[in-house]
Amino acid sequence: MEELNHYLNLNRRAFLHRTALGIGGMALGSLLGNACTSSDAGTEALLANLPHFAPKAKRVIYLFQSGAPSQLELFDWKPKLREMQGEELPASVRMGQRLTGMTANQARFPLAGARVDFNQHGQSGTWFSELLPYTAAIADDLCVIKTMHTEAINHDPAVTFFQTGHQQPGRPAIGSWLSYGLGSENANLPAYVVLLSRGKGNIQPLASRVWGSAFLPSQHQGVQFRGGEDPVLYLSDPEGLDSLSRRKMLDALAKMNQQQLEEFGDPEISARISQYEMAYRMQASVPDLTDLSDEPDSTFRLYGSDAMVPGTYAANCLLARRMCERGVRFVQLYHMGWDAHFDVTGMTGRLAKDVDQASAALVTDLKQRGLLEDTLVIWGGEFGRTNYSQGLMDENYGRDHHPRCFTIWMAGAGVKAGITYGETDEFGYNIAKDPVHVHDFQATLMHLFGIDHERFVFPYQGRRFRLTDISGKVIPGLLS
Amino acid sequence: MALLSKRWLWILILITSGIVWLATINVKSDHGQKRLPDVVDFNWHIRPVLSDRCFACHGPDEKKREGNLRLDTREGALAPVDTVNGAPRYAIVPGNPEQSLLLGRIFSMHPDSMMPPKASHLTLSDYEKALLRRWIEQGAQWKEHWAFIAPRRPEVPAVKKKGWDKNPVDAFVLQKMEENGLEPSEMADRERIARRVSFAVTGLPPTPETTRRFVEDQSPDALNTLVDSLLASSAYGERWAGNWLDLARYSDTHGYQDDLPRTMWPWRDWVIKALNENMPYDKFTTWQLAGDLLPERNKETLLASAFNRNHKITQEGGVVDEEYRVEYVADRTNTLGKAFLGLTLECAKCHDHKYDPVSARDYYGVFAFFNNVNEDGFVPNLATPKPYMIISQADLEKELPFLNGKMGFKSPGDTILQMIMHDSVGIRKTYRLVRGQYDQHAEEITPSLPPAVLPFDTSRYARNRLGMSQWLFDPANPLTARVFVNRMWQEVFGKGIVPTTENFGVQGALPSHPELLDWLAVEFRESGWNMKHLLKLMVTSATFRQSAVISEEKLAADPENTWLSRGPRYRMPYEFIRDNLLASSGLLVNMVGGPSVKPWQPAGIWEGISTEKTANAFRGEYSYISDTLPEKQFRRSLYTYQRRTIPPPTHLTFDAPMRDNCEVRRTRSNTPLQALVMLNDKQVLTAARALAAQLAAQPTDAGARIRDGFARILTRTPSGSELKPLLKYYESEQERLAKDPAARKSLLGQDGNAEQAALVLAITLIYNLDEAVNI
Repeated sequence: MEELNHYLNLNRRAFLHRTALGIGGMALGSLLGNACTSSDAGTEALLANLPHFAPKAKRVIYLFQSGAPSQLELFDWKPKLREMQGEELPASVRMGQRLTGMTANQARFPLAGARVDFNQHGQSGTWFSELLPYTAAIADDLCVIKTMHTEAINHDPAVTFFQTGHQQPGRPAIGSWLSYGLGSENANLPAYVVLLSRGKGNIQPLASRVWGSAFLPSQHQGVQFRGGEDPVLYLSDPEGLDSLSRRKMLDALAKMNQQQLEEFGDPEISARISQYEMAYRMQASVPDLTDLSDEPDSTFRLYGSDAMVPGTYAANCLLARRMCERGVRFVQLYHMGWDAHFDVTGMTGRLAKDVDQASAALVTDLKQRGLLEDTLVIWGGEFGRTNYSQGLMDENYGRDHHPRCFTIWMAGAGVKAGITYGETDEFGYNIAKDPVHVHDFQATLMHLFGIDHERFVFPYQGRRFRLTDISGKVIPGLLS
Repeated sequence: MALLSKRWLWILILITSGIVWLATINVKSDHGQKRLPDVVDFNWHIRPVLSDRCFACHGPDEKKREGNLRLDTREGALAPVDTVNGAPRYAIVPGNPEQSLLLGRIFSMHPDSMMPPKASHLTLSDYEKALLRRWIEQGAQWKEHWAFIAPRRPEVPAVKKKGWDKNPVDAFVLQKMEENGLEPSEMADRERIARRVSFAVTGLPPTPETTRRFVEDQSPDALNTLVDSLLASSAYGERWAGNWLDLARYSDTHGYQDDLPRTMWPWRDWVIKALNENMPYDKFTTWQLAGDLLPERNKETLLASAFNRNHKITQEGGVVDEEYRVEYVADRTNTLGKAFLGLTLECAKCHDHKYDPVSARDYYGVFAFFNNVNEDGFVPNLATPKPYMIISQADLEKELPFLNGKMGFKSPGDTILQMIMHDSVGIRKTYRLVRGQYDQHAEEITPSLPPAVLPFDTSRYARNRLGMSQWLFDPANPLTARVFVNRMWQEVFGKGIVPTTENFGVQGALPSHPELLDWLAVEFRESGWNMKHLLKLMVTSATFRQSAVISEEKLAADPENTWLSRGPRYRMPYEFIRDNLLASSGLLVNMVGGPSVKPWQPAGIWEGISTEKTANAFRGEYSYISDTLPEKQFRRSLYTYQRRTIPPPTHLTFDAPMRDNCEVRRTRSNTPLQALVMLNDKQVLTAARALAAQLAAQPTDAGARIRDGFARILTRTPSGSELKPLLKYYESEQERLAKDPAARKSLLGQDGNAEQAALVLAITLIYNLDEAVNI
């Protein structure tokens, strides 16, 4: 182990050294450049130790299901709820759980069973509802965690908590931490990319701060890729300027900046010259990435025909795979619309249809390409949903937010395949065994990247900040 | 551990480590031999180490204190940690390293006894260990943290080099240069000085006329004249208001989930007005903190108090009202700390501060000042959060004439509802909140301010926000003046004298020029808190006028320019970059104030994260509709609409904060996305087209046009070697465009000739020069 650590450190130093020489004296923290405000020696020393041990994962695709999918319609089969349909949630189960303002004044909490059927799948016998047939088919590749729990009960703080480790804005997102700590594996693409899509459900807005870098240098903020002609903002040349003409402009620009560099001796000028070159390379590499014309028909059969429509979840999953192939460190998808305060069966069904085939296709595709070994795929929302109905128990009933237990799944690099982790009680309300707190999830994610979450800190305002704030532990039961 | 008695453990430690630390005098660090200082200074050498590595367990936080040892006070550090056979033992025995247990522990290699412990992931370098040893040898002198001692005006130092300094700032700077073996750089040329001064004072480039007049003005007073005229322009107030908006976390939206619009621009316009009339900083601050409590309060002072309503407010259905209300009060508390005291008060929200002498009780003492507002945590969509004032159009004729009525009111009967501060005395009690939890009340707390900074003497100050402001501006307050002076220095020179502008606590950086900082702080206070006077001192100093050329020797000796032996050169904030585009192309509409505007941005950005309007609910603005009228499109960038959950993309790309919290220092990155903005943003193209049209209309040749364009953008005359590649590029493009009418039309936005189209490209190139985005 000691030897291995030594080797990794050497390698990282060699890497930094090489890249520093390669691009004119600036450290290639990520494609998105270096900070002029030179970080102090302490910060550099912290980075020089990364990774702390041999990583299992090199990159991650995080399929965030925004709005909070109902675990009770998708993963967590509770026959008891059907048996007790319409009966009151026992106070002994609720145990003073604070409620959102949407149901806090509700007179009754009638238990509501799923109106969809569940079956066990694969060698592992993992439970899935009929709403997830494609996901069920890859059951043996998945690590299903039934006992996630969080502290927030509303969307904005809950998404912020999952992505930054803190409910209130002001901390860097997970992707920013990884970009900052591990840098980019592709000099022509950002290390941290964000892709958005929306389903036909109840959409809750997002805030771009959940992919913001907060106090980390701002080049580590997530770069949003969009469907359509300009996949990255400001990427396309203005009309009337062809690529040869752009090259000529950049050559003249470089020449003049070089003159300035010689006159002023400011290393920042040299960095700027490099950044313009990278921008130019990005103008070529991004269209190459987003142009799907080189994908065979079989790809679209695998991901579904939606994958041909830019901006859909399926298209974003396919893009995520192409980004992984090109070494993007952190691909963050958001699919919006899961907030089923009403019509939980119908809405969850529609959203599941949006994401089921493509999510499973992504795992399968990565596996076929040998990328799943060092790519981590994560699927899940910001909290779960209540086992009782919101409002009256009618045809159209919905479920409110539930922080005490919900389900996410992971697959790939370093996580156990074909297992179900943790158990909820028979009401699907509390955790019976093996809880996984959001900070535990984050600590485990960092661990897969060879990072000790307690040691990966950034000094800001006199304090050493870390993704997991002041808690979190790695969950060994999830690791392969 | 249990197997060994404590005493035996100590003996073991001494045996295993003693040889190492007794022998350590000169220390090898990563950078080779680093010499220990002859006289160790507690504030400079020791406290930073103790604070960073030891205070978390041996500091102010009583609940986490380990081993009966506290190192943040002299009393604690010199108290016995335990007794052995009736004899007390000490962590530190001044003058006696052998008897000082602390040294045994820090030099120990034993996992059970070494300090800091392994689990903390903290270590001390050999150099730091040797420093601590020498400090104890020299008697373990103790000093109060420098920032908590009120500044006194130091003597202006005598310097060897005569005739270089223009004002006392320079004497302090030169003294440090001389100590560090550096010489000042020569003066920058006059065109560059005009540009630098103009951006520093107004955030705008000098007009060609201003530059010409300054270059030709041979009087010794030339720079004074220039600076006075810049200070007198309304652009001064806009520039410094823009800076104040980061600190005040100004936004045009509420900031959480649905992120609905709010009306805050009247407050912003008051800031501009107050700065332009050079309102003294104490008054400027008092009105903002307590404008509603002044005996002479009026609509204007009430409007100023909106400062404390700039925090985010949620409209997310289903939140717990009290949880969010408490969050708002905490935001005001944190802002007071960061903006005015340079302290991280928020660290004491959940527990006593780990580093600074601020207890959780102290935190809720500050919190109590802000906790009497009759406000809600949850505010329904489209409601104006109470309390608010009503601004009618009649007010514009009397008390609020500075508001931009033309832009501000939609129709004749229209009124504006503006959030303000208003205390409803007795509305609620304040409690310390256990672990910062909104519903975990501990003991009751009365309003008070951290005694370690300055005791809150209630015989002199009222127990309300007005008293808070009096306490801030008490001459004995050690922080208020220093913090402001430092922040202005940062905005002018690119980096603060205390580089951690936001943190003057023990974990903050030390000032590079402590005497200069104190001199400026006292000068500022004694000038009647005169902000323009302070700024003038800085921008007319010889220090500021130096050339920014970096020789290889200076780069090696002082890479960060800590000793200021060369002029500032740094990437400007985005607002300056865009305002330069507008000013140099003649597009800028110089109109002060009014509601925020929406200049062009690419389509589809907001839609990506927003919720569409439904039949029964407005869920925030769904689409960004760019303004088309020049008086909205081409306003200065401080007027650009700030939506918190999705700020203007160009601003973010150039490191502007999201306005979620008070920010006093922007990072300064250098990225390919910035290059893409400057190359491809339609706003750059629009400016280039406008400037090209003006140049093309001049009856002259291409060389003269390009020279003129260069001078408009960079406000100086280009050299021949600078013109050559530009002209070459222009000519080759002109040749191409002569054959390509479609490309010409695209570049110009209309039909036109190849000369003008090629000018558009040449100008775009100039806007992309490193110099164009640098001060």
